Parts: sequence; structure tokens; C-alpha cells
Amino acid sequence: MQHLVKAYGDREGDGMVQMSFVLALPPSAKAREAAKQFAEKHGLAEPLVATMEPCAEGYSYFVVYGHSQHQVDVSTIDVAEVRTGALSREEIEHRVQARLGRKIVVVGACTGSDAHTVGIDAILNYKGYAGDKGLESYKGFDAYNLGAQVENDQLAARAKALHADAILVSQVITQRNCHKENALAFAQLLQKEGWRKDVILLLGGPRIDHALALELGYDAGFGPGTKPADVASFLVDRLCGEVVTLSGGGETS
Amino acid sequence: MARVPMDEEKVASCRALAANVATDVQRYIDGHTSVGVERTMLRSFGVEGLGDQGAPLVNLAVDRYHQAGLLGAGISYFLGRALISGAKNVQDATERLAYAPEIDMGKDGPSPALARAALETHVKAAITRIDQARDQREALKARVKPAESPLKYVIVATGNIYDDAVQAKAAAFAGADIIAVIRATAQSLLDYVPHGATTEGYGGTFATQENFRIVRKAVEEATDEYGRYIHQTNYSSGLCMAEIAWMAAVERLDMLLNDAMYGILFRDINMCRTFVDQYVSRRIIARSGIVINTGEDNYLTTADAVDKAHTVLASQFINEAFALRAGLREEQMGLGHAYEIDPWLEDSFLLELAQAQLIRQIFAKHPIKWMPPTKHKTGDVFQSHVHDAMFNLVGITTHQSIELLGMFSEAIHNPMLMDRFLSLKATRYVYNACKHLGDEIEFKPEGRVAKRAVQVLEEAHELLDEVAKEGIWTAISRGAFADVKRTKEGGKGYAGVVARGAEYMNPILEALEGKK
Repeated sequence: MQHLVKAYGDREGDGMVQMSFVLALPPSAKAREAAKQFAEKHGLAEPLVATMEPCAEGYSYFVVYGHSQHQVDVSTIDVAEVRTGALSREEIEHRVQARLGRKIVVVGACTGSDAHTVGIDAILNYKGYAGDKGLESYKGFDAYNLGAQVENDQLAARAKALHADAILVSQVITQRNCHKENALAFAQLLQKEGWRKDVILLLGGPRIDHALALELGYDAGFGPGTKPADVASFLVDRLCGEVVTLSGGGETS
Repeated sequence: MARVPMDEEKVASCRALAANVATDVQRYIDGHTSVGVERTMLRSFGVEGLGDQGAPLVNLAVDRYHQAGLLGAGISYFLGRALISGAKNVQDATERLAYAPEIDMGKDGPSPALARAALETHVKAAITRIDQARDQREALKARVKPAESPLKYVIVATGNIYDDAVQAKAAAFAGADIIAVIRATAQSLLDYVPHGATTEGYGGTFATQENFRIVRKAVEEATDEYGRYIHQTNYSSGLCMAEIAWMAAVERLDMLLNDAMYGILFRDINMCRTFVDQYVSRRIIARSGIVINTGEDNYLTTADAVDKAHTVLASQFINEAFALRAGLREEQMGLGHAYEIDPWLEDSFLLELAQAQLIRQIFAKHPIKWMPPTKHKTGDVFQSHVHDAMFNLVGITTHQSIELLGMFSEAIHNPMLMDRFLSLKATRYVYNACKHLGDEIEFKPEGRVAKRAVQVLEEAHELLDEVAKEGIWTAISRGAFADVKRTKEGGKGYAGVVARGAEYMNPILEALEGKK
């Protein structure tokens, strides 16, 4: 059944949105009109150019409000989501011990030239993120954080030597899509070496979502705001019994 | 004036402990050199260019003598001998070192004294080149004055140096005082400096001598157009920290990110290599009048900003001690710290205020570098903008010297033109609206801010006491800083460290050290 949504300002269906952008024009009446037309082309009716200021020589900064004409039918949306709710720490420890009877070995790294370890540190290191302690803090996990700027073949070799159950690849730098190429190359490397199926492959980073991770040959993708317990829960579900549904999402409301 | 209680004796004791730490390491430094240091000397002599495979000539010459096990004598020794044996100039002499069929084993032929004499005029020229660049900078600064502090520092990072130059001028137009061109992510681990103008880089733009010149030109145009001295910054860190320090010195950069321990902790560069290289880089920096920016702000991205605040202060004392041993003046030491406490923590603002004021008081002459929130930033750009405003408020109230501006898009992408513009505008508002706030208020002597300042100094003192007892090598190996553990022989670049032989010759370094 159709379920249409529009942006909500202060009344149902008003479609109110705010845009801010820069045009390569100095401020002028003409520039203001250009901003207005630019907004209209994005589907904004009755755009109000609320701000026009010079932000560099020959450039103006604009804030525009308007009524977006667009609407979305939510019932037709089919999105892949990692569908585990986070389990409690006790439940995670219990399942690993009772159903697996050994530690889950996880090896993680920021690969390629990427030097930003914030994400991988948050998931693996004891300290964790936003009060949620990292995998290192669980009795049921053996977590190895190889840090930043690890080459794909080094990560593969290390993970193999440690008999990793799961490999976490973190990609933060996204300029000109280098994160995709690099992540894809790693999955392909494991495929080529013939042990891709023996390991759970996870991808994380601020521009990563589950759908992208699947597309690049990973088992799951974790985007911004992911907590260590989310990753732990996913791995426990995969390795200790329960099979996780990774299919489409369907209607959410 | 809003001052926090500061026990002068405890501060003096911290300095004494840090001095012990640095003196211990200095003994190691004075007994070693590295491939990076030796390459720096060849560059200082004026050697340029690439081999036919694209490797810098200085790498080819130094690597050849390193592989032959001869670098303990110093590349200068062999350069001097090549000059005596008929090389036309230092360039030709270096080409001989790199390509001559026979390697010079350094045994027979010209004595060390003769080799040294052959280098004398070249050493003078090398030092004069650094001095002239410094004088030129000072003259320009005298003609066009910089803005009042806190100086507003922003980053450009397009990957293409020509775009960087455009963005640098745009940022200056919008009110920036300092432009840093962020380096491409992997450069710190390259054991050579790329050559020429570059237009491809991820996460930033390569630091090359030509790129330095291109941005220098842009900031100088901006200086004249906007009537305010615009500063240029880059990175003297990683495996080429000394070479880049030299390039920055002769190309008249104003500031360099340069830290005695950053590479060890955050780039896993070997600690012996880092200590040796940072010393030589800082000798050049000291002579050139460049201001360093240290990297303690990074500690709080991996360790907790409340529990580990004292590690920042302890490290600042250590960075200061190392810098003093390399001849830097306090006015050149932009010790770094950051606003990284969880913003949702009760009274987080008070804790930030306490630390910022404490550091301002302890390092009174130093151009302190104040870094914005990053770790707790999310994609909510509006909240992020408020977060930055609170950071600015601490910056102006506690009279920080250099402030790297927060960007509302911090958690999303490298700053865009609009992001920098809005950040500069908001900062201008807070600075102006609160210009004399710090002079008007006082902290309660027994209040939360005062107590926090006392606690941080106390904890820093305890940590320094431990580090002085065990030595920095052990301290780093147990994770005393940033919760990162490194071993003495681990990390990248250790193979490039060489013990100096009794015959070690490095007349440029001696001149920088003020020795005859």
C-alpha cells in the first residue's frame, strides 16, 4: 500500500526544506535570482533566498528555504539492513561460551594509505566508543587491531596466520572513491587465495552502508554511529547459531 | 584576569623531569644519524634532481653509501672527498657518489681535514640560504603585520596544489590568518620527498618543494591584497621530517607541524629514527625562525580527554625540553592541545576552560596551538557548529595563540569553501564579542575550574616522574602516551638509523649547533 512522505516543516505536506550552497558569482540582484532559480530547479516552490553573502572573491554563499514538491513512496523501498539488534554483553559472552566454546578471533585494520584509525579503534580497542566498550573487552573475543596504513596482502597474511573468524576493514578516506576500490581489492584477494568463504568479512567507515558492503563482496557493512556491541552481536549471530536475515527491509512504518 | 592556581615549584619540577628525559635521549641522538638526516645535508648543500627512475638523487647517493655500510662517516665526508677529486660542484659530486663505478670506501686519499676544508664555502652558503629566507620573511612581516592572536588557522586539502592555491586565497579573503595544506595520507611513510608540482593526492596534497613555492606565491598575493600577513604551514613529520624542514626553511614557510613523538605514536615510525630526525629538523627550524606546532591534540583522539588530560601536559613539557635542546626559542614552540572532551559530559566546558588556561599560564611565552573538537563530532552539522562556538569561546577567553578552526562538516568531508567561510564568520563573532572576557572574570579559588587545573598539573607531574625514572623508551613501550605502545626497535624506518663513527662528519649540523 502506497505510503507517501514529504519533508515536514510545521504542517503535514508543506515540504519545507533548507538548502545552503555556494555559487561562483559575486553578490548582486542577478546572483540572488540565480540562487532562486537554482532552488526551483531542485523542486523548491516559492523559494526564499534568506541569505546572500560574499564568501570568497567572486563567490556567494546562500541559504534558501522553499517547499519541496517531491515526495517518496516508502512502501516501494527495499533496503538491505544488518538486522541484528545489539545483544547484551552477558548474552554475547554466554552464547560464545555455550555454543562456540572458544574465542572468536577478529582481525581489523585501516587498509591502504588510510591513516585514520578512529573507527577501527572504536570498535576493537578496549575503550570502545560512546560508553560501549570495544571487542577487546569481551572474554569471548580475541581482537587484533593492526592499525593504519596496512596493505591488503599484509592484512590477509596476518588474518590467515591468526586463524581469524572475522576480518574488519575500515575505510575513512573517501576522496574520489578510493575506499571502494581498496575494499573491493581486498575481498577479491581473499577470493583469489581461495579462503574467502572461511571468514566473515566486515566493512566499516563513515561512508559505508550495508548495501555498499554487500556490493563490494563483504558480509556486512557498518556505517557511522556503529557501536562495538552491534559488531559483536552480528558476529555472535553468525558464528554461534542464529542465522541473521540480511534480506530487504520492507516497510518500516 | 582569569587565572587558575599554578604551583610554580611544581611547574619547575616538571621542567626538570622533562629535561632528564630529553637529556637521556639526546645522548642517543648525538651518537646516531639516519638516511633522512644525511639526505637533508645533501639538499642543504644545494643538491637537486632525480635519477632516471624518478628517485631523488639525494636518495640514490645516501642509499648507496648506507648499503655499503659507510654512512657512519657522514655523507658530507664523501661529498668533500668527491669535490677534492675533481667534481665541478656539489651537484656533480653527488652524482659521482650515486653513479661512479667505484664506491669511495673513504680509506686512502684526502684526509678528513681536507674533506672538511673542501666543504667550507658550501657550508657557509647553505647557512646563508636559510638566513636569507628568514630575513625575507621578517621583512615582509614588518611591512604587512599579522592579525592579533588567536590567529585563525584553516586547512585546505584538495589533492591538487593549484586548487589548494585558489582555496588558500579564498580562505584568506574570508578571514583566515594561517593556511595549512594537508598532506596526502601516506606521505609520512614515504622515505623520500616527492618532486615537483602535484595534482593527485588522497586526503590531501603532497608536500614538495615546488608545491611549497606555489602556495607561498598565493599567500603572498593574499598578504598584499588583504593587508594582513598570511602564514603558510605544512608538515615536518614522518620519515622525511628533516628534509621537509629544510625545504620549508628555504621556501619561507611560517609554521610546521613538528613533534618529537607524534610519528612514533600515530604513524608507527621507529622511535630511534624519530628522535634522531626530529632533532635535526628542529635545528633547521630553530635557525629559520619557523614556529612549530606540536601534536598533543592527537592523544585525545585515541585516549580519553578527561582521564588522560595530564598526558597532554606531560608531553608538552617533553616536547619543550627536546625543542630547547635543538635550539628553539620559546616563541617558536606552538605546543598543541585540544577541545576533545565529550560535549555531553556535565561541566565539560569548565574542564576545557581549566586545561586551556593552565597551559596558557605554564607556557606563557609559547604560541600555544589550540585544536578543535573532532572525536565527538557527528554528521549533525548544526550541532557541530555550536560545539565549535564553545571551543572558540575557550580560545578567546584563555588567550590561545594559534587556533585551528573547527569545521561543522568535520565528521563528513575535508572542508569545503562554504564550511571554512561559516567557521571563520562564527569565530570572528565570538572573538570580537568576547575579546576582553578573560580579563574581566576570575575563577573561584576553590571552584571547579581551579581544582581541575591543580589536578591536571599534579597528574602530569606524577607521570613525568615515572617517565624520568624509567626513560622515554620504556614509557612509550608501556603506552604512557595516547594509550599507544611502541617498541624501541619496532616500527618503520629503523633500518635507516646508523651509529655515528668516530670519524663522523656533518659540518652543516655543526654550524646549526653553533659549533666551530
